[in-house]
Amino acid sequence: MRKLVTSVLAGIGLALACGTSVRAQDKELTIFWAEWDPANYLQELVNDYTAETGVKVTVQTTPWPDFQTKAFTEFNAHGDAYDMVVGDSQWLGAGSTQGHYVDLTDFFNQHKLGNVMAPATIKYYAEYPGGSGKYWAIPLEGDAIGWSYRKDWFEDPKEKEAFKAKYGYDLAVPTTYAQLRDIAEFFYRPDQKRYGVAIYTDNSYDAMAMGVESAIFSYGGDLGDYATYKVDGITNSKEAAAGLDMYKQLYKFTPPGWGKTFFVEDNQAITGGLAAMSMNFFAFFPPLVNKATNPYADVTGFFANPAGPDGKRFAALGGQGISVVSYSKNKDEAMKFLEWFIKDETQKKWAELGGYTCSQAVLKSEAFQNATPYNKAFYDTMFMVKDFWATPEYAEVLDQLNQNIYPFVVGGKGTAQEALDKTAADWKATFTKYNRYK
Amino acid sequence: MASVALTNLDPASRAAARGWSDLTIRNLFIIPTLIFLIVFNIFPLIYSLGYSFTNFAANRAEPWQFVGLQNYRELLSDDHIWSNFVITAKYVIVSVAGQMIVGFGLALLLNRSFPMKGLITTLLLLPMMMSAAVVGLFWQLLYSPSWGPINYVFGLGDFAWLSNPDSALYAVAITDIWMWSPFVMLLSLAGLSAVPQHLYEAAAIDRAGWWYTFTRITLPLVSPILLIALIFRTMEAFKTFDIAYTMTTQPTAELIAIRLYKQAFQQWDTGKSCALAYIVLIMVLAITNLYVKYLNKVKER
Repeated sequence: MRKLVTSVLAGIGLALACGTSVRAQDKELTIFWAEWDPANYLQELVNDYTAETGVKVTVQTTPWPDFQTKAFTEFNAHGDAYDMVVGDSQWLGAGSTQGHYVDLTDFFNQHKLGNVMAPATIKYYAEYPGGSGKYWAIPLEGDAIGWSYRKDWFEDPKEKEAFKAKYGYDLAVPTTYAQLRDIAEFFYRPDQKRYGVAIYTDNSYDAMAMGVESAIFSYGGDLGDYATYKVDGITNSKEAAAGLDMYKQLYKFTPPGWGKTFFVEDNQAITGGLAAMSMNFFAFFPPLVNKATNPYADVTGFFANPAGPDGKRFAALGGQGISVVSYSKNKDEAMKFLEWFIKDETQKKWAELGGYTCSQAVLKSEAFQNATPYNKAFYDTMFMVKDFWATPEYAEVLDQLNQNIYPFVVGGKGTAQEALDKTAADWKATFTKYNRYK
Repeated sequence: MASVALTNLDPASRAAARGWSDLTIRNLFIIPTLIFLIVFNIFPLIYSLGYSFTNFAANRAEPWQFVGLQNYRELLSDDHIWSNFVITAKYVIVSVAGQMIVGFGLALLLNRSFPMKGLITTLLLLPMMMSAAVVGLFWQLLYSPSWGPINYVFGLGDFAWLSNPDSALYAVAITDIWMWSPFVMLLSLAGLSAVPQHLYEAAAIDRAGWWYTFTRITLPLVSPILLIALIFRTMEAFKTFDIAYTMTTQPTAELIAIRLYKQAFQQWDTGKSCALAYIVLIMVLAITNLYVKYLNKVKER
């Protein structure tokens, strides 16, 4: 018996010893992100880092709807499964105040990233609270809402003539939401299986909120004062209600059954020849210019989010920054990786691979702007972006917005003003609960 | 001899040679299961009951406070939660009633001999062997107004089953009926095959009609097992999550389990979601108790 116990213990000891020595030799870093093309581009990019340094970097992904849940489950358990996370901009509040993210302020200042990255990306992907000069992430993937459209439908002389006769102005890429609505109405022909527009309506995470806020911002509305948490009269202002109402009008011209749609469906509206125009984040545009995935690739064009009635023009911000997880056991190694990531040549390579760099120098370069049919629209958009609440209770706030606007937009219940009045009341109650009005 | 073997170990066995008693061996089998149950079921159950009286949030570093019955009070006075319960009740009634009717109907059809009976029965059981999330995704495609076969077959044009706030819940219920009717069918078949044939023969001699035979012989004898199917399906339908979550995001189809998930894992309102979970648990227990009482009455008859 003693012999057996001794041999088992020896075996365990040997296994542990081998395991430790292997770990010491092969340093590994894990980056957590959502499952989409940019994550594959990032994996390609970091392979270079592995080649240079011998540190293996793995980009681990999970489908979008689970992304937030999975990341925060790991954070809340103080788990070290991920060394870095490419988190949504809304997570900054929770990530920073709850101690999940490592404070990168010194790193940011030391490398003067304020001058390197585009201003909007620093404001929304890195800094929390707004204007505090405290940074928690390095802008990694810039993104915003944009539009794709069917150039051949727009340029068809017969369509142009019919449009002019009906609306009194030329059919062209819309510069205002009112024009976008007219064009959507014009191309809405269910008998021909042609529809006007594809928009986001999925309310399980932030898809619909991003679509709606793009309209609200352009109409001169806001979701609230992010510094003081004031919502009364801002969230439910007349401008905001007009923006939401416009979104509801657009829903009337979507393909049938458009009640749970996000980036996949909106791209399918173009690749399936269903819609004249389709909303999507820029990061989802690459398949639309690829003939293998879009039979209409040659005739697909792109434009930036149009303006509201007063000429104001904004778009909802997507995109993410990369943060170091404070529970990681490889924090020093992660910081070394970030130093490599912010280098100009890395950022250039990142853009070449298809990543949306936030580096000002790369963004402004001719090479970047002419690289794809949508990069110019992306560049224009990145200077007119606004974001959702980044407060730690943003998930609750997002759910309340979804609960109130979805029945109005998709279900046709109530009015835009009622939906936003209810949202403002819910948000005020939530912010009061979390003592935001001290 | 058999009873001796159960209480005493064979003196020649290796266990006896090690000095193990019968009790030791029994404990060896039972204790791991007990530990598993205590660690993964009973402990979290009691722990979460404690959480339900606090404002604990799993994503916050701040210390939590005891809030008494506040979570329960807030939940029970929240209109949203009540509307989730009403939606869930509608869903349970429609989907369980549908499953009982379809499942029992299928069992009646199958309760006779015909060629390839075994194969057909097995094929009919397939839906309940699939993953609920996969079923949800399949049916989402079947309902699609653009290319889904359901609208094509029934000539419904571009009726949007899942985007229409009035039909989304029923569309999910239909899917649940498709998936779980075979379960009711299986239990009913077991019940039907246990009905003594001589009762039917006696009824035939007395020239009893089909309806009379069905209501006086078949139904009373099968009802205990039908009630068991009803208990299982009600409990399951009450906590449905996967099918509904994958199929639609309509607030009119937001079942209580989906609300609970959002509260627990999207908003991280841990204390309140524990309280909600307990409210749901108490409701399910109450309904099940009613059924069990009725089942005992039926059995006594």
